[in-house]
Amino acid sequence: MSQTAIKNGYYGDFGGSFVPEDLQEVLQYIGEQYEKYKNDPEFNEELEYYLREYAGRENPLYLAENLTKQLGGAKIYLKREDLNHTGSHKINNVLGQILLAKRMGVKRVIAETGAGQHGVATATACAMFGMECTIYMGAKDTKRQALNVFRMELLGAEVVAVDKGQGLLKEAVDEAFADLVANYKNTFYLIGSAVGPTPYPEMVEHFQSIISKESRAQHLAKEGKLPTAVVAAVGGGSNAAGAFYHYINDEEVRLIGVEPAGAATLSKGSPAVFHGFKSYVLQDEEGNLLDTESIAAGLDYQGVGPLHAYLHTTGRGEYVTATNEEVLEAFKTLSRVEGIIPALESSHAVAHALKLAPTLSPEDSIIVNVSGRGDKDVEQVFAMLNK
Amino acid sequence: MSQLKDAILATTANGDKAFVPYIMAGDGGLEKLQSTISKLQELGVTAIEVGIPFTDPVADGPTIERAGERALANGTTLRKVIETLAGFASEIKVPLVAMTYLNPILAYGVEQFAQDASAAGIRGVIIPDMPLEEKDIIHPALQEANIALIQLVSLTSTPERVERLTKASEGFIYAVTVNGITGARSSFANELEEHFAKIQDYTDTPVLAGFGISSPDHVKSFGAFCSGVIVGSKIVDSLANDDWATIEELVLASKVATVR
Repeated sequence: MSQTAIKNGYYGDFGGSFVPEDLQEVLQYIGEQYEKYKNDPEFNEELEYYLREYAGRENPLYLAENLTKQLGGAKIYLKREDLNHTGSHKINNVLGQILLAKRMGVKRVIAETGAGQHGVATATACAMFGMECTIYMGAKDTKRQALNVFRMELLGAEVVAVDKGQGLLKEAVDEAFADLVANYKNTFYLIGSAVGPTPYPEMVEHFQSIISKESRAQHLAKEGKLPTAVVAAVGGGSNAAGAFYHYINDEEVRLIGVEPAGAATLSKGSPAVFHGFKSYVLQDEEGNLLDTESIAAGLDYQGVGPLHAYLHTTGRGEYVTATNEEVLEAFKTLSRVEGIIPALESSHAVAHALKLAPTLSPEDSIIVNVSGRGDKDVEQVFAMLNK
Repeated sequence: MSQLKDAILATTANGDKAFVPYIMAGDGGLEKLQSTISKLQELGVTAIEVGIPFTDPVADGPTIERAGERALANGTTLRKVIETLAGFASEIKVPLVAMTYLNPILAYGVEQFAQDASAAGIRGVIIPDMPLEEKDIIHPALQEANIALIQLVSLTSTPERVERLTKASEGFIYAVTVNGITGARSSFANELEEHFAKIQDYTDTPVLAGFGISSPDHVKSFGAFCSGVIVGSKIVDSLANDDWATIEELVLASKVATVR
């Protein structure tokens, strides 16, 4: 990415660090540590080791031939983040941040989680690195992702159900920040999405950028050129940030983010300061946050990472929406046609690819980021389809 | 100059300590705001901190957060609070301090907010999620309207940061006395006294202690080494229970007759 895009934690007008005084220095310290290690060869060697040997990277860029044939347009490639250990892209960032926490000498890790994927990934890494782990999760999310709660507990994490407000990701983030303020001396807050105050968005994007680093090289090797478009689901925006990152300067590659119609932050929101940063947010005219509604817990969030707000306002990124019905249809289609059950979050990207591919020519190609696998959603979808 | 600072200095000149209660506007209905403010004035408070409810109150403890949820459920908004205050502005005798997050002000419009707030008797604002580094977003408009921008100074801050925050703070300095969020606590860290002395070294602006003060004893023990106290959760709880006796005891503890 061009160096002018990010300056002092700002992406154009977006980003920054809008947190209470108690947190300012804690965050500054984390930022300094991140800057110190992100280009450290030893740190990166260790990170690469765990990404390869533990998470199972690199994962395939798979040509979905059946789906391509059925849609009769652009070639569809699937970036298989669902094949990572723990079943989603979340592990990429978790391994990066936990290695940072380890170097900072911290023994306790906390995290927020929406769908549970980030919580599971964090609990997993904490188990492996022998760290104490507390996961904050909205009470409503703990109910619709009960198996992930069990998974985290199995991995030795304490899961705290946050029964406030809507009981969703927002409330979980609030609780995690409160914990960090009270326990910053021995605790690292491992944020899973590309949101929050500086340095988190940049840090998460950096650790997730492995997705596009791989996919770009893989696509070049297979097709001898860059893809026409990269499509990824956007909630907070971490998988999309990772999927777009190394294409941002490739102006000919379309970057398409797909939001849930019921939480369409970029399509329907406006700039605001929330959760410690400035970005697009779904708010009323008084500046209070609006409720969201998505079948994908991982996208059920009022805000969006500052990188996406920046790409949206500069026109570099295209942000579209998918309805719950379209998402369910995509979930079923990819399962049936390719034998790949995508997460409901990832199904947003699939849903848009189903619309986009037929409008393009066979010379075009689309990379769809399959950010996670759908096993966790099967029970929920079963209930919805048999209502 | 700052009416807020003057009010605090006038209080301490008598030997009393400043007492600033925090109330959540709209908790129990906005129609209660006038009578609450007038009763607090009668008890002899120095200023009143008026909390504006927000959907994402990252710096509030559970008591105030719940009060905020009740106020939001009543339809309370920044706009309505200012309108309500403006309706009885002539009867407001003590300076008001608005405690609000940044986003409602941005949605209101920074300049308009400063003008309307000033007309409604607001003489200071506390914006907990706006760091000093970002104060230019609002500071010029507040200066224009003669509203003090109050900084929070935390125990976790380095000496350099304490110095910068202290020097930038207007009206008074809001010293955060317990790590973390607001709420009643029973014990206090030992390093507090030193912390306050350090802050007062940098400025003649009065320092008030906040976050966690919940008994007349707390009021007195903090009063011993700063200019006064801000009491939040305990006041909010007492107001919700219509327990004015508790509030009166707290205010009395700040008066010279009871301060040793």
